[in-house]
This record gives sequence, C-alpha cells and structure tokens, in this order.
Amino acid sequence: MTAAGTITETAVTLTIDGRPVEVAEGSTIHAACVEAGIDTPTLCWAENLTPVNVCRVCVVELEGSRALVPSCSRPADDGMVVQTDTARVRHSRRMVLEFLGSGVDLSQAEDLQRWMEAYGADPDRYADEDHPVERVEEPVKVQDELYIRDYSKCVLCYKCVEACGDDAQHTFAIAVAGRGFDARISTEFDVTLPDSACVYCGNCVGVCPTGALQFKSEYDLRQADEWRPEDQSVTRTVCSYCGVGCNLELHVQDERIVKVTSPADHSVTSGHLCIKGRFGWQYVHGE
Amino acid sequence: MFGAGGGTSSYAEVEAADLILLWGSNAREAHPIFFHHVLKAVADGARMYAIDPRRTSSAKFADRWLGLSVGTDIALANAMGREIIAAGLHDRDFIDHATSGFDAYAAHVESYTLDWAAEQTGVPAEAIREMAHAYATAPNAQILWTLGITEHHNAVDNVVSLCNLALLTGHVGRWGSGLCPLRGQNNVQGGGDMGAIPNKFPGFQDVDDDEVRAKFEAAYGTELNGVPGKHLTLMFEAMEAGELRACYVIGENPADSEADVEHARKLLSGLDILVVQDIFMTRTAEMADVVLPASVAWAESDGTVTSSERRVQRVRAAVPPPGQARHDIDIIGDLARRLGCDWGHPSPEELWDEMRALSPMHTGMSWERLEATGGIQWPCGSEDHPGSEFLHGWLWADDLEGHDPAPFSVTHHAPPKEQLSDEFPLRLTTGRALDSYNTGVQSGGYASPIRYGDAIDVNPTDAAELGVADGERVLVSSPRGSVEMDVRLQPDIPTGLTFTTFHFPELVDANILTNDEWDPRSGTSEFKAAAVRISKLDPEPAPV
Amino acid sequence: MTDIYLGADRATELEEAAVDAALRTRGVDPVVQPETERLYTSGRSRRRERRHFLLPALHALQNAVGWISPGGVNYVAEVLDVPPAEAFGVASFYDLFRTEPPDHEGDTFHVCVDAACQIAGYDDLAASVRASGAHVHFGPCLGQCERAPALFVQGCGGRPDYVPADAEPFVLPQAGNPDLRLLRRIGVADPESLEAYLAHGGYQALRRAGQMGAEAVMEAVADSGLSGRGGAAFPTGVKWRAVAAETGRPKHVVSNCDESEPGTFKDRIVMEQDPFAVIEAMTIAGLATGAANGWIYIRGEYPLATARLQGAIDAARAAGFLGEDAAGTGHDFDIAIWRGAGAYICGEETALFNSLEGFRGEPRNKPPFPTTHGLFGEPTAINNPETLLNVLDIVTDGADAYRSRGTERSPGTKLLCLSGKVGRPGLYEVPFGTTLGDLLELAGGVAGTGELQAVLMGGAAGSFVGPDSLDLRLTLEDTRTAGTTLGSGVVMAFDTSVDMTDVVVRIAEFFRDESCGQCVPCRVGAVRQHETLVQMQKRGALSPVRRELIDEMAEVMVDASICGLGHTAASAVRSALSLGLIGEAPSS
Repeated sequence: MTAAGTITETAVTLTIDGRPVEVAEGSTIHAACVEAGIDTPTLCWAENLTPVNVCRVCVVELEGSRALVPSCSRPADDGMVVQTDTARVRHSRRMVLEFLGSGVDLSQAEDLQRWMEAYGADPDRYADEDHPVERVEEPVKVQDELYIRDYSKCVLCYKCVEACGDDAQHTFAIAVAGRGFDARISTEFDVTLPDSACVYCGNCVGVCPTGALQFKSEYDLRQADEWRPEDQSVTRTVCSYCGVGCNLELHVQDERIVKVTSPADHSVTSGHLCIKGRFGWQYVHGE
Repeated sequence: MFGAGGGTSSYAEVEAADLILLWGSNAREAHPIFFHHVLKAVADGARMYAIDPRRTSSAKFADRWLGLSVGTDIALANAMGREIIAAGLHDRDFIDHATSGFDAYAAHVESYTLDWAAEQTGVPAEAIREMAHAYATAPNAQILWTLGITEHHNAVDNVVSLCNLALLTGHVGRWGSGLCPLRGQNNVQGGGDMGAIPNKFPGFQDVDDDEVRAKFEAAYGTELNGVPGKHLTLMFEAMEAGELRACYVIGENPADSEADVEHARKLLSGLDILVVQDIFMTRTAEMADVVLPASVAWAESDGTVTSSERRVQRVRAAVPPPGQARHDIDIIGDLARRLGCDWGHPSPEELWDEMRALSPMHTGMSWERLEATGGIQWPCGSEDHPGSEFLHGWLWADDLEGHDPAPFSVTHHAPPKEQLSDEFPLRLTTGRALDSYNTGVQSGGYASPIRYGDAIDVNPTDAAELGVADGERVLVSSPRGSVEMDVRLQPDIPTGLTFTTFHFPELVDANILTNDEWDPRSGTSEFKAAAVRISKLDPEPAPV
Repeated sequence: MTDIYLGADRATELEEAAVDAALRTRGVDPVVQPETERLYTSGRSRRRERRHFLLPALHALQNAVGWISPGGVNYVAEVLDVPPAEAFGVASFYDLFRTEPPDHEGDTFHVCVDAACQIAGYDDLAASVRASGAHVHFGPCLGQCERAPALFVQGCGGRPDYVPADAEPFVLPQAGNPDLRLLRRIGVADPESLEAYLAHGGYQALRRAGQMGAEAVMEAVADSGLSGRGGAAFPTGVKWRAVAAETGRPKHVVSNCDESEPGTFKDRIVMEQDPFAVIEAMTIAGLATGAANGWIYIRGEYPLATARLQGAIDAARAAGFLGEDAAGTGHDFDIAIWRGAGAYICGEETALFNSLEGFRGEPRNKPPFPTTHGLFGEPTAINNPETLLNVLDIVTDGADAYRSRGTERSPGTKLLCLSGKVGRPGLYEVPFGTTLGDLLELAGGVAGTGELQAVLMGGAAGSFVGPDSLDLRLTLEDTRTAGTTLGSGVVMAFDTSVDMTDVVVRIAEFFRDESCGQCVPCRVGAVRQHETLVQMQKRGALSPVRRELIDEMAEVMVDASICGLGHTAASAVRSALSLGLIGEAPSS
C-alpha cells in the first residue's frame, strides 16, 4: 500500500576536480558537487525553487564549454569533466561577490560574507575619493505590521519573485521592474504592499538571503539592537490552524516567538506557509 | 465511506493528478498550502474543474468553474454517474471485481439526465457532460472537497455520491487516484483517530464491538460503555430535552460557532454545570462555572497531530505556558485524581505508546520514528512499515484481502431544507477568508493587512435591485434573526446568492442567520444554505 | 490562471478602445465574460492563449495616451489574465514605454547618441528639434547610421510612429551593379507590389522548394555552408535539421528583425525594400523544418519596415502564398508580426522569445537551445532577414552555384553596413574575402581628414581595428584569426579628427543602459566598467591599477554572464585600449 510510482533511476558519472562522481540522471552539477562534498557557493539557488541561474556565483569550468557554466541549473551529463577550483572559477566567483558588495548593503547576508572572505573579495576597491560608484540606496519600506522591505540590501536573486509566483504562491504581487542596474523588485507602479495583490504568506521573506525582506518582528528587534540569533532556539512543530499539517520552525528568543519559518525539505510545505501559519502565532503571547 | 475515515490519497498524489475536481472547497483561502500541491498539478498540465456556487479564488485557477446552485451537489454527481454509464466510460472490470450494488445505482441514476441536472444545478448540461467524460477518462483523478460538501443537511449523502463516482471509474485504491476531504482543524483528523467520535475507540474501532471493547477494558483495567455516545448536535438536542445537564468543553467555542447560535447559547446557559478548558476566555468560557486554563497545544506542549493526508506529526513545546495555564494531560490527570482515579503522571510519549499498543493502524509509529521523520501516514502496522501513501489498495487485490466489496450507495437529490421564499428571497452561504480562522479567537491575535471583516457579498445586479451600494450597512434577516452587516459588491457570485464569513462574532454575529438543520448521520449543520432578506437600514425619506 | 487582484485604478475609454483595437487586429476578442452566469472557462488555456498579446497591448496604451497608466495596466491585466505587477515589470523594461505620466505634449522625438550619430553631431539635430517645440529623448542606435544623425518619432494620441528620413527617396550605393545577389531587387522592384516581386523572380524559390521537398531543401542549405549573419555564424543547415527532427509539438520559424547592434541597418533596408523576399524565405524555412507558425519580431523603431512587411504578408496571404497549403506546397504556414519596444537585449534570441511571449526580455540560459526549447518552449528555427535571404538563391540555383562566391569557409556574399567617416555611407554587398581596404574604397574612402584612425568592426559588441588592418580579408576565418569579428556587418570608420575616448565611453554607457540586469557580472560589471572609463576621461589617463581592473571585469563578464551581451560588453573597450586609441595621457 505504498508508492506505486517507483521510477528506475539511471545514473550518470562525471568527473569533478579529477574525481569520478555518480549521480542520478537529471541531477545538476551543483547536486553532484554536494554529493562529492565540494563546497559550492550559491545565492539565487534554493532547494525549493526552480534554478534561475542569475547570480553566477556557482559557476564552474566545464570542459568543452567556452564560458563557465552555472552549476545550479546545468544538468550533469555522463562523461562531463568539471573543474570547480581553477583560477578562472575563483576569479569569477570573487568578482561576482565583489560586484554585489560594491552595490548593495550585505551586512546581514551572512552566507555571502563568509564566501566573500573565502574568495578574497574586496568590494571597496571600485570607488576612490573622487570617484564614488553607484550604489542601490533606498529608504526602508515599512508599510504594515508584518513585513519590511529594504531594497538597499537586495541582490536581485529573484527568489522572492519566484516564491510569490510560479514556484509556490502564485500570487504574483511582485515582479522585477526596470532594467539593468536600475532593476528593482516591485509591485505594480510601486504601490504599497497592502494595496497590492500581496496576501502576506511571507514566502518571499522566507527565501530572502540578505535581509532585504524581513519580518517586522525581526526588524523591530534589530532596530532596538535586541536581535540575538546566538540566544535563539528553533523548535519544529505543526501549525495550529487548518488540517493540512504544515511544519513550522518557531524561532524563540527570551521565551518569546520572534519569527516563524518552515523547513524547505518537508513534503507538506516545501518551506512555504500561509499568512496564518506565518503570523498567526501572536496569540500565544496573549497579544 | 468504506472503512476508516480519512483522505484516501497523499498530497504528492494530488500533485501527480491528471484531473482534479475541486468540489465545494475554496482551498486557495482555507487550505493555502494544500492548494500549492494542487497548483503544482495544474502547472504540470492537470485539468481542474471547480464546483462551487461561488467563483472563488480557487475556482479562478480551474479550467472550468461550474457554479451550481447551493445544495444541488447530488443532482450533479448523479448526473455525472448516469452520463459516465451511458457513455460506457465506467470501469466494468473494477465494478465487477471490487464493488456491490452497481445495478441498483445505475437504475437509480437513470432519471438524473443531463438536462434535468442542468435545470436543478443551473449549470449547462454540456459542461456537466464534459466534466463527467474528463473524470472518467483521466488516467489519475482526484476529488477534493471540504465543507461545501459536508455543511449540509444531507452531508453524508453528498459524500457518498462522490464516492460512487470513484467506484464507477476505479479512481480509488491505487496510487494517483482518490478522494480527499480536507480537514478544517489542525487535528480534527487526529481527534477522530484517537477516538473522539461517539462510537469509536482509538483507531476507528467500534465501541459496540465486544471483542474490541474487551481489548480496551483489559488494557485500561475497567469496564467500558459499549453504547455509542452523542455527537455535538445530539448533545444540544439532549440539552434541550433536559437529558444532558453537565458539559466539559475542551478547546471548542460552541457559543460562537454553532448554527442558530442564539439557541445554542440559551441551552448552554441552562446547564447545571459547564466546565471549559481552553487557552482563551472564549464566549463559551465566559458562560462557564469553571474555567481550566490550558496551554497552547502546538507551541507549549508535546504531542502529535494528524493531517488531512493521515500524516501523524509531532508538535513540540517551544515556550512555557503563561501564568496558571497547564498542559492538558496534567489537567485531565488531576481531574481524574480528584474523581478517585490515579493515572500517575504519564509523559506524552508514554500515552502515545499505550495508544499505539491498542490501535493497529498506529502500532508501527514509535515516538523515535515520529521524531526522526517528517511524519508517518497511517495505517502503519509495524515498525518496519513505511506508512501508507494511499488507502484501499485492497480494492485492486485478487481476493479483496478479505474485505466485502465496496458498496455503491443510492442517494437522492434533496434541496436545502430552507427554501427561498418571497419573504427570504436570497440564498446565504458561508465560508472562510484567507487570513482568518473560524470564530477568530486565534487569528484575531495578529494585525492582518488584508482583513476586511465579515461583510455580506452581494452580486452587483442584486445590489442594484435592492438599491444598496458597496460598503453600505444593511440589515440581513433570516427566519431566525437579523444582523447588521456591510455590503461588499462581488461580481464573482451569481445573482440570488449571498456570502459571508463568520470570523468576527463580536462585530457581526453571522451565525444568528445560519440554519441548524443537520444531518442525522454526521451531526453537521447546514451552514451552507440559509434563506435571507437584505433590507436598507434607513428607509428613503418620504418625498416632501 | 490566477486569482488576479486589481487595484482601484480603471482605464479610460480611450485606453480601453486602443487595447481592444490592438487585440481585435490580431483576432482576439478582448471581451472577458463567462459563458453563462454559472459557467466560466479560464485557467491555463486562457493564459497560454493570451499572454503573448501583452506587448501589442502595451504598445496600444503607449500610443494612445503617451504612457502606460495604472488603469491601463489593470485593464490589460484583466483582459489578458496577466498579473499587474508582471505587466508593470514588462512595461518598465522597454525604452519606448513610459510608466510615468509624460511631462510634455505630443510626440516623442528620439535622437540617437551612438557612435555614428555622435561623430555626425546629434547635438545639432536635437537642438533643431527642440527649437521646433518638440520633445527630445536621447536614446541608443536607431539603425539609420548611413544617414546619421538619426531621428525616430514616436507617435502619441493615436498618431503613428514615423522616421522623417523615410520621406526621402531610397538610393542604394551599388545600384545597377550586376553582381548583386541579395540586393539585386532593391531599387528595382516596387517593395509594395507583389506583382513587381513576381516579375523579378519572386516566389520561384518557394515553388522550387515545394518540388524538392523538405529534406532536399535542408540538404541544399547545409551543402551551401550558409551560416547565421547575426554575429554568431552558426550553420543554418544544422539549426534547421535539429528543428525538423523534433516531432509531436508545434514548431516555429522566427525572423529576428530586432536589429539593434549599433552601426547595423542592413536588415532594415532589406525589409523596407524587399519585404516579400523575407516572407518567401521564411515560408521556405517553415516548409523545410515542418513549422507552421512564422513570427517576425521587429524592433519598434522600424515603422516603415513593419508596414512594408505587414503589407507583404497581407498580399501574400491574399494570393495564397501564405496560409493553408501555402503556394500549393501542401504545407500550412502563416506569419504574424510582433513589435519590440526598445531593448537591445531582445535581439538575443532567447530574450526575443521571452519578449514575444509577453515576459521581460531577459535571456534564458542555454542549453536547452531554441531548436528544442524556443518560442513557447517549442522547437524554433530563428534566423535574421539577411540569413534568410541567402536561402532563396541556394534553393533556386543550388549549393554549388552559391559556393562559387566567397571563400571555402565563408561562402556567398555579405551585407556590410558602412557608416562613420566614409565617403558614401550605406549598405553594401560584397563576396566574402573582399579586403577591408577595398571595401572602404568602394564606399568612397575615408572622409573627414582622409586619414583613418580606426574602424569599428561588428558594432558595439565587436572591436576596433587600426589602419594597419586594411588588408584584412573580410571572412569569418580571417577576422577570427585577426582577433576581431564581422559580427552583424558593421564597418564604421573613424578619421583622425575623432576623439575616440568619447566614442568608447559612449559604447560603455550603451552596455550599462542596455544590460537587462538579470545576471550579476553584466548588471554590475557594465556599470563599473563605464564608471572606470568616465574616471579615465576626467583624469585624462588610466592608472595601471584601473587598467588591470578593466581586464578583471572583462574576464568575469566574458566567463560568467548569461548571454552574448555580457560576453561582448568589454570587447570594444579592450580593443581600444590595446590599440592605444584610449587610456594614455596625451603625449604632447
């Protein structure tokens, strides 16, 4: 009485950094790198979203390919020869990280900071005294009690757009607008979120890698200098509302829930929640 | 249905469906994350029909919306059955092998022609025919439903009418096809699993089965009552008859949530003693003689809940309960001690182990396994069993694994009890909004930017005839009473129909209007069909 | 297929009428209504049917009221089942669409600021337009480099777009030259007359193709050695065979008429002066590949070419050369025209697909390639007009005759866009293998000081060569060896009077403006590159650290960008640096 849909998986073997790696057909090069235990930086990739391969920080060298290829989206083929740590690869990764750091505020992007250090990225070398460089600088949008949006921290990874759109919520309240360096994540004509199609599922916030999108509960604590991740516990439980059985991760600081996320690898939610699961916890504290 | 009460399929199977009938369910708002699974199917090319009196936000994702009249689901389902048979699209081999009562069913639905059903439901015959053919010919098909099917006076007939369609086409008992009722509360499935049903022990074992009862009596060391108890609606009838004089209410707010709520409140206030155990000072708690403050089950205590796909999952304490609030287990244990039974101080895990020793469908779910996995779906009979993605595989086994064939049921179209009249010419149906939940005791705790309150949705044509405008405060009356509400013009519902949510009883006591006619077999009230009148609050000033 | 939420803004009657008319022209009923009050068909089917009408609908709004208003977006969103945020995201992507109310009355006069117009003095043109009271908008190359400085007028209030220079009679520099192949009808046959086209050999190739059959046509195209003329030079026969091999799904032939590479105007002239040839060649491509759907995606700044192609399609359809059993070949084929709206990136084939489908013109990662996942995710043969034009002679005369011109590895002839400081700027056709010096002579030699400083080969995405390259043979193989490119056929000459720093800074700015913004290397790299050059211009020289930074940035753009725009964004800059055209302090 269990799964009838068993599919026989064909394996492919590729060579990564000189070592043979076997993965199921249809896996990406990135998945193969994970399989091989090779630490590969990613930014726009997430396990619960379709790869858009826009950030280019995961590029690798593929034999026979003129340009580097994005490992997050390129399927692994039998016989591929991949290098992940050549000078070219390191250069591209370093430059991508530098470029990002030169244009936006990455102070809350912990993963990126770690990668920048690892690749020796120096985002400050583009500007000098009489030569300021263009940065994304916008006031923080605080338009309701649930979210804030701080686009001076946005790296345009498209994750929020994907989560709001085809990959999960299908609400399409936000999209990329404008072009080039002026491209921004925006509602139609930049109307406020309460005036937009937004249904406050928080799935955009859930996938944001830089703190550009934040729950207001977190933002308020950060503003008050009381956000202390090291003092937080995370407890997995099940939402108290409808009968779908969504898994919640309750982030608790000082015996109070400070935010709610969902595990991306759980079959029920794939990391996504609705407004009730995401924000409906406040009654626990008698609010 | 045919066996234990639970959805036959998994969410993963819904994702893989080729055809989905979303019947009486606005999952987009009421079960948003389940709807993500539906959307995956739709994105992968599944065809979806939405059957609902309203063109809900869910229905807008469907290839076709069929806006049937409230309470005509059986007419529609039986007409589909007739069409499937007439077109020769039923699965004869499956019917012969695994079912009984087909001939009677076929003879009965013979009179449910497409044209007749079109007249009853208001949906064009061609659309019914198309949906019947699509359902019957799809490789994998799912019927998903919620309270649009069950909050009727003939709820059980509605459900079995849908089951008939699955039996007719073999869309049950195999991976990918099935029937999924979506549960409204996070553990209504688990409550049923644990025996919170008048005639069942944990694991859907009958209380009037001597052998079963003997097993429980042996384990509990006491004699157990073999007479099925009363469900909620019968309890209120018993209160009315003076037979039920004391009530212990745990985590329920009937003083707000019952249909014809004023009548319910009167009965509750007439009890000898009302004890309420809750995390909120609900309206019911305010009426109680004793209030036992409880802890929040999903964030302040450990245990399990069961989802709509029969997945048993752990809930865990993340914060301590406030003030004098205590865990339900401790409260009940202390109460038992005061009543002279010392049950000790069992941990959630110890209670779970006792339960799974008695309930075969849970036996394989050890606490460790529940901790380590993302939940296990029942039945799971042993610790090496992976759990069950779908139910009723026996329907396809050579010997039916010893089961009786699944019976077709004969169901009759019966319109809502409350007919429209000149005095009450509009149909009122009720439902849920995305950001709110039932009577709002939990969801009222956060500031939703998209909350609009309990307005009454009216088709613009009807509103024009009534002379009422968007946002206007009006008086809505049913045979049971009247409430003031704001009008919200809503082109997505047909003329003659009105709709409201009931999330804000302090502001709008919408359940004053709803009908407490109920299904004797399920105990659910006909929330979905009342007859109402809308009148302007301020009569036009007389011409001078 | 969504529960679209619309804000309170509503379109005006004028806006609704404009959108309705645009949709009706394309056979779409704009009225959204349920079959009955109790039955509604929507869902995927509608989205798939309608999303690609977004671009025409936005054009209609822009043309009607001079901008894309919130009410207009809501109306389009409702009619086409497109979420408003996405419609806004699309509208704000294009240079020809405004998403804020216009601050001026009347039409918008677009003045080109790219290289050819830069050295021809676009400032004077802009000043004279302003003096007439009109609104000037500076923008990228308008594809009229042979008659620089260029002007394009975007109509408002329902007035059509137009190019003032189109009123002048067209003159082909090589008119009367018996060796012309691709250009032989130009200036000879009336481009608005099917009869004239037929009288000059039109539709003989399609008739011949019908007799040969699809396989023989593809064999001839493969044997001819024809390769794409847009810059990438991919073998056309290979592309067509790959599409032909796909079965079971709808297939498409797309003509990439989004010619936007600064310095390029060849396809414009072909489309304006010989539109039936483009239509006929596309029909042959459809026959060969088994595709029934033809699409022309043409840049929005080409109103005359659009009108002439539409006229040709209408006439061809009326005469049975398009539609069911096109020209009696037994193959169904028809063509629709979609207008771009001002975005260089949409000339990249996958960006073009997204744009046509009603999404932002952002390139897709390849693989998968268009031959299997092209327009609407379906197998697609995409070629530009020049490439297609070659097919006519290949089919009529055979591959051997075709190969009698050009070189072994670059057979046939090449269209070249001569602009800048040459005596007779314009469109030229020469056999592959002609030297750069001979070509410049053909075009009247170097103008201005008469002394050549540099030639920009292949456009902004190409590279500079110096006066020592006059012996360069113009073939795919020779240019590649020389480290330059024929690209889209741009040959732009600069005499010694030109300040090359101005030119190169503008090229860098062009990429900064035209980067779609999707991938980090290009989005940020193009900005940092431009900033560095602006700094160089201010200081008069490039420090060694900054010089190295240019190379470092170029390397990541070449290696890690998604598409050709990023890959080539540093190419002209680096060639200018290595030739010493820029970057060094003036020696005296």
